[in-house]
Amino acid sequence: MSILRPAATVVLGFTLLLGLAAPAVMTTVAGAVMPRQAGGSLIERDGRVIGSALIGQNFTGERYFHPRPSATSAPDPQDSSKTVDAPYNAAASAASQRGPTSQALLDAVKERVAEAGSAPVPADAVTASGSGLDPDISPENAARQVARVARVRGLPEERVRALVDASTAGPWLGILGAPRVNVLRLNLALDSAG
Amino acid sequence: MTLLGWAQIALVLALTVAAAVPLGRYIAAVAGGHVTWLRPVEALFYRAGGIDPERGQDWKSYALAMLAVNAAGFVLLFAILRLQGVLPLNPQGVSGMSSWLAFNTAVSFVTNTNWQAYSGEVAASYLSQMAGLAVQNFLSAATGIALALAVSRAFARGGVRELGNFWADLTRVTLYVLLPLAVVLGFAFVALGMPQTFADYATATTLEGAEQTVPLGPVAFQVAIKHLGTNGGGFFGVNSLHPFEGPDAIATALQIWAQAVIPFALCLTFGRIVGDIRQGRALLAVMVGFVVVATAAIYAAEAAGNPLMTAMGVDPAMGNMEGKDLRFGLPLVALFTATTTGASCGAVNAMLDSFTPLGGMVPLFLIQLGEVLPGGVGSGLYGMLVFALLAVFVAGLMVGRTPEYLGKKVQAREIKLAMLAVLILPTAILGFTAVSLVLPAAVSSIQDAGPHGLSEMLYAYTSAAGNNGSAFGGLTADTPWLNTTLGIAMLLGRFAFVVPVLAIAGSLAAKAKASEGAGTFPTHGPLFAGLLAGVILILGGLQFLPSLTLGPIAEHFTMLAGKSF
Repeated sequence: MSILRPAATVVLGFTLLLGLAAPAVMTTVAGAVMPRQAGGSLIERDGRVIGSALIGQNFTGERYFHPRPSATSAPDPQDSSKTVDAPYNAAASAASQRGPTSQALLDAVKERVAEAGSAPVPADAVTASGSGLDPDISPENAARQVARVARVRGLPEERVRALVDASTAGPWLGILGAPRVNVLRLNLALDSAG
Repeated sequence: MTLLGWAQIALVLALTVAAAVPLGRYIAAVAGGHVTWLRPVEALFYRAGGIDPERGQDWKSYALAMLAVNAAGFVLLFAILRLQGVLPLNPQGVSGMSSWLAFNTAVSFVTNTNWQAYSGEVAASYLSQMAGLAVQNFLSAATGIALALAVSRAFARGGVRELGNFWADLTRVTLYVLLPLAVVLGFAFVALGMPQTFADYATATTLEGAEQTVPLGPVAFQVAIKHLGTNGGGFFGVNSLHPFEGPDAIATALQIWAQAVIPFALCLTFGRIVGDIRQGRALLAVMVGFVVVATAAIYAAEAAGNPLMTAMGVDPAMGNMEGKDLRFGLPLVALFTATTTGASCGAVNAMLDSFTPLGGMVPLFLIQLGEVLPGGVGSGLYGMLVFALLAVFVAGLMVGRTPEYLGKKVQAREIKLAMLAVLILPTAILGFTAVSLVLPAAVSSIQDAGPHGLSEMLYAYTSAAGNNGSAFGGLTADTPWLNTTLGIAMLLGRFAFVVPVLAIAGSLAAKAKASEGAGTFPTHGPLFAGLLAGVILILGGLQFLPSLTLGPIAEHFTMLAGKSF
């Protein structure tokens, strides 16, 4: 039939062109010109990959700055039909997807506020990020953690505060985006500082 | 809300409108067959397909060709998704999708909806992403633009039967408009940090000694067309919120630009095709006006924060941060959300399910208004033209004169077809939602209790029928009932809408083009723009008001009263 031939040609032709050839060329060129970004902005320390500059990771120890709450989960090792909480599981990005009047959400926030100390608490410190992999915290959130990290590491607070400032990015050109502190970069700098 | 926040919104929106002007002119040239810098590739398609690009098609042949391409695309994509487990380029060893899920996903990408009942990094192989899903991102977008061109041509001249050649339109739009833009934007995205690699997922050992799997893939190119084509289907589960899919504020601003620029530009293309650029500007003004109002509403609602959390000791200064990442900031989240739902894109850079009730109602309402503000690539323009016909019809009723639009008499046949098209959306949305709210198999998919649960279900069918693809993600969508009915809603929203629209185009094309007289209602001024906006609000919006009252509005007032569920 006259309509099948052009339809098949268009679909198969464009699958070859746009689905295989174009991404192959893009991947080759991007890999040659911008290998770091094209490869996922991976960070190595002592020859081992310790993460990606863009992807948040979980920190629970007192000596590190803590990231935002994360709602990612992983399959339960005991029962694969269920899931267990696994913050910053980058293999399965996810948000809480809880609505604003959800009791489950409000209970979780209440618990985090109680742990966070004196009110008012910066919102990013007690709410789960949308990706579950947010690499950043707000400068206000970081400032509240300076005293703890300085105490545990035996560093002067000014020193820690300077490291926070060095890991803080302002809005692009002073306009686009929000100020933020990259937690992984900050914690790496802390480790280097001793 | 801050002044700096509004400066961000104004800057990105201004750059988008500014780029739409030359792009609109360029697409008009492509539509006329005057752009030829990839002529050898173009000719190859014509030769292999036995296509004569000069041969015009009437509306029925044009519609049949469109349906044939989409049917073929569906079959190929369905097969790839089912068989991805045994096909190459699958370093993660992802298994084939179930037939329910593959049906839903294939329909979703062919109809330019990109509703995702799966999570990309878990359930789709690299081959499925780039050779299956991304190809449909291109073809469904090009289909939409081709249809818009065909409908535009119906107003250009009098007494013609032909609306253009679908094969030529599709091929040219893909080669000359979508492909070059996607390549340039793809490289920009790599520079900003999006991966573009076929390598296996990386394994990292974190500073605290835990193991972290870092997913990779050919992301940047696919994300580029996902926004340019107003498709919206994310490479990763959390879409443009994923740090690899939305690495920073510049990337998100570029995505806003990309998802609105072609729908904006097509208004001006329309103006050029009908020979009166002012007509296109009037449509564009209405679209931009709605985007600005919607952005303001979302921005205000989200910046106010959640009073239930404020009462617990959470500082409301940052606004509602549940389901949001830090790097974009609320202003760009608001503009992104308004354009992605107004433009039938459906990508998200914040989780809509966790928006405040009113902040979440705006995207829902924007889709319900018919996906014309500015609407998907192409579908926004032809949807808008349906509303324009209804607007001149209403104006004609007021003065008792046969309405005309661009010199074409709008008569009973056109208005009946227009109403048929316009009624598809409420029928599919409210019908399926109502059934699903009493069906136990569907109700068990709802996550949240109280009015928010109703919003989750309403949003799903709204998004599917509107061919948007964004979601209130708490809903468990990968079930046989939802996969099937949402798939049907998507098909109705796309094809049951566009076939009557093409029929209108065919009918109008055949009519003589009357010259403007003293009694002609001008359709390029503020009066018409206001009337058009009113028709969209009343005709598009009013029928959804009861459902919105039961969902987000009820939730808003219970939240203010301090109640949770």
